[in-house]
Amino acid sequence: MARTVPTSNTVPTSNTVPETITTDVAVIGGGIVGLGIAWEAQCSGRDVTVIDPAPATGATFAAAGMLAPVSELHYQEEDLLELTLASAARWPEFVAPLIAAGHADTGFRTTPTLVLGADAADRAALADLREVQLRHGLDVEQLTIRQARAAEPLVGPYISCAYRIAQDHQVDPRGVATAIRVQLNLVSAERGRLREEQTSIRRNAVRLLHADPGNTHSRVTGVVLADGREVHAREVVVANGLGAPQLAGLPEGLVLPVRPVFGDILRLRVPGHLQPLATATLRGLVRGVPVYIVPRNDNTVVIGATSREDGSGGVSAGGVHQLLRDAQVLVPAVAELELIETTARARPGTPDNAPLLGRVADGAGRDIPGLIIATGFFRHGVLLTAIAAHTTRQLLGDITDLAWERFRPDRFSPALNPRKETP
Amino acid sequence: MTETITTTDALVIDGVALGSRLIMGTGGAPSLDGLGAALVASGTELTTVAMRRYAAGNGGGGGDAGTSLFGLLLENNIRVLPNTAGCFTAREAVMTAELAREALETDWVKLEVIADEHTLLPDAVELVEATEQLVNRGFKVFAYTNDDPVLALRLEQLGAAAVMPLGAPIGTGLGILNPHNIELIVSRAGVPVVLDAGIGTASDAALAMELGCDAVLLATAVTRAQDPVRMAEAFKHAVIGGRLAAQAGRIPKRAHALASSAMEGRPDL
Repeated sequence: MARTVPTSNTVPTSNTVPETITTDVAVIGGGIVGLGIAWEAQCSGRDVTVIDPAPATGATFAAAGMLAPVSELHYQEEDLLELTLASAARWPEFVAPLIAAGHADTGFRTTPTLVLGADAADRAALADLREVQLRHGLDVEQLTIRQARAAEPLVGPYISCAYRIAQDHQVDPRGVATAIRVQLNLVSAERGRLREEQTSIRRNAVRLLHADPGNTHSRVTGVVLADGREVHAREVVVANGLGAPQLAGLPEGLVLPVRPVFGDILRLRVPGHLQPLATATLRGLVRGVPVYIVPRNDNTVVIGATSREDGSGGVSAGGVHQLLRDAQVLVPAVAELELIETTARARPGTPDNAPLLGRVADGAGRDIPGLIIATGFFRHGVLLTAIAAHTTRQLLGDITDLAWERFRPDRFSPALNPRKETP
Repeated sequence: MTETITTTDALVIDGVALGSRLIMGTGGAPSLDGLGAALVASGTELTTVAMRRYAAGNGGGGGDAGTSLFGLLLENNIRVLPNTAGCFTAREAVMTAELAREALETDWVKLEVIADEHTLLPDAVELVEATEQLVNRGFKVFAYTNDDPVLALRLEQLGAAAVMPLGAPIGTGLGILNPHNIELIVSRAGVPVVLDAGIGTASDAALAMELGCDAVLLATAVTRAQDPVRMAEAFKHAVIGGRLAAQAGRIPKRAHALASSAMEGRPDL
C-alpha cells in the first residue's frame, strides 16, 4: 500500500479545523445489514453515509446467502420465524431495483431448497421438525428418494428422506454488497454529493456524539471517527455487528450481548462434466450435523457451515474435514470439485438468537432520538437484511412496527427497559 | 456456594457437597438463553463444558452473563466442570486439562479420551494413561469410562475422584444398555459413580439412580429436546425419584401375584 509518512510527530491536521461531514443518516458498519439499511434509506430520499474501514469483509464475505426461513426453523424460535418469513417476503422487492440498475451478480435465485436426511435418526428428526413446520402453515413437501434424485441426479443413494421447500431461496451476499455500494455512490453523485467520503468513509467509528455531551441518554447527533473527524447526522444507525458494544458513547445502561460464533465455510468450483452439481439448494442433516450445498450461477458451490465458540478466528482443519465429509454423503461428487476457498468469520450471536433491532429507551419511558441499533443478526444476517432495512426506514419516518418491538435492542438492559420475565 | 447446602442427601465429591444429583452438559444447546433456562429448570449445581469448544474468554472464567457460557454459569451459581471432549490421546487430554485449570482456576476435570468419531467410545488404554498423569498433576479426575466394571475399578485405584460409566454411546439416547454392569460398578466403587452418556429420556435417569448411581450426567437429551426446559425439569424429578426409590428398598420381583391386602386376620363372615 502506498502511503506518505509524516517525518515528525506533529498531527497533520494540527493547522486546520478537522473536516466535518454532514449527512442525514450515518450508518456505522458496512456489512450487508448496514449496506441494506443505507440503501433503503437512500431510496427513501435521505442522504446516507456508511462508516466502515473494510466494508463487506466480515460475516457478509463468508455467508452463503440462503433466504430459508422454513428450513432454518428451530424449536422454541417461533418468534424469530415471523421475522424471517417477513424478511424473506421482502427480498424480491428489496433486490429488484439493484437488478433493474444492471447488477446481474446479486445471485438472487428463486430455486427451491431440498432438505435431505442421512440416517434413520436424521429422518426421524426431520419428520418431527416437519410437524412443527406444517403446524405453522409452512409448505414442506415430502418427496420419495427416487423423486429427489430425479430432480437432483447427483444426490447420493444413501439418504433416508427428502423434503422440498419451494419458498426457501438464495442470494449472493458478496454480489449484493457490491451492487449496493456502487448504487450508493451513483445515487449520491446524482444528488450532488460528489465526494466519495460523503457516502462511504473508510474509517472506524469510535464514539457517538450527543446533543448534551454529558448525557448519553440525550439525542445522538453524530459519530466521531478514528482520525478525529466528526460526522454530523440526524440519525445514527449502529450496524457494526460484534463491534457495536465497543462503541463509546452508547446510552449508559445499554447492554448489547453479542458474542462471536465462528463458522467455517468453503467455496468449490464445479468442473464442466459435473455441471450443474445441483439446481436446488441442498440442506442435509448428516448423523445429526447440519450441512448445506448452495449452487451459484457461476458454477461454484458454497458448502457450510460449522458453528464454533472456541474463540479461534482461523479456518479450522477439523471444520473443513467435517463439512467435506458430510457434504459427500449428500452428493458424493463433491470429492471431484476444486476447493478454491476456505473462509472463517464470526457471526454476532445473541442470547436468544434474535437480532437487536430498533431504538433504545432512555430509562424514563422514551426512546433516545437519533439512534437506531441493528446488530446481533447471528445466522440470519443476509436473510434479515431486507426486514432490517425496511424496519429502519420506518423508524427513520417515526413509524414503529409493534410486531418487532420484541426484538428491541434494549431488551437485555434492565436499567433502560425492564425485561419481561418469560414463563 | 454449594458447601452451604443443608440437604441431608447431598452428593459429596472431593469434599464438595452438591444439592442436586443431576450434572448437566452444555453441548448442542440451541441458544444461550435457552440453555440458561434449561440449566435453571434442571436444578443442577455442576455443569460440564468442553474446553475445546468454548473459549474461556479473556482473563479467566468471568464474562458477562449475556455474552458467554461461563458468565451464564457464574450468574446462576453453577460450578463448572471442564471436560476434555474432542481429545483422542492422553497427551491432548492432559494439555486440555491444564488449559482448563489455568483459565477456570479449578482442578476438577471430566476426562474424556475418545477412540473414534463414529462411536465416541472411550479409549481404555489412553484413558488409564491420562488418569494416572492427571492425578499425579493434582487434578480431581472425573473419568468418563466404558461400562466395564474392571476398568472402572482400575480408574478408582489410580486416583479418580469419580467414575462415570456410560449408559450408551454419547448422543445416542439409547438409555442404559447394560444395567447389570452399572450395578456391578456401583457395588464395588469407593468413589461416586455418575452415569454419563446415552440417556434419552427421564426414565433412563431414574433407572440409573435406582441401580445405585450417585448422580447422572446428561446433555443431548435436554439440549436437543424439542422443549429443553420442560425436559430439564423432567430429569430433575426423575433423578430425585430414582434416588428415593433406591433408598426406599424396592420389593422383590415375583412370578405370581400377591394381593396387596393379605388374607390373614380378616373376619371370617
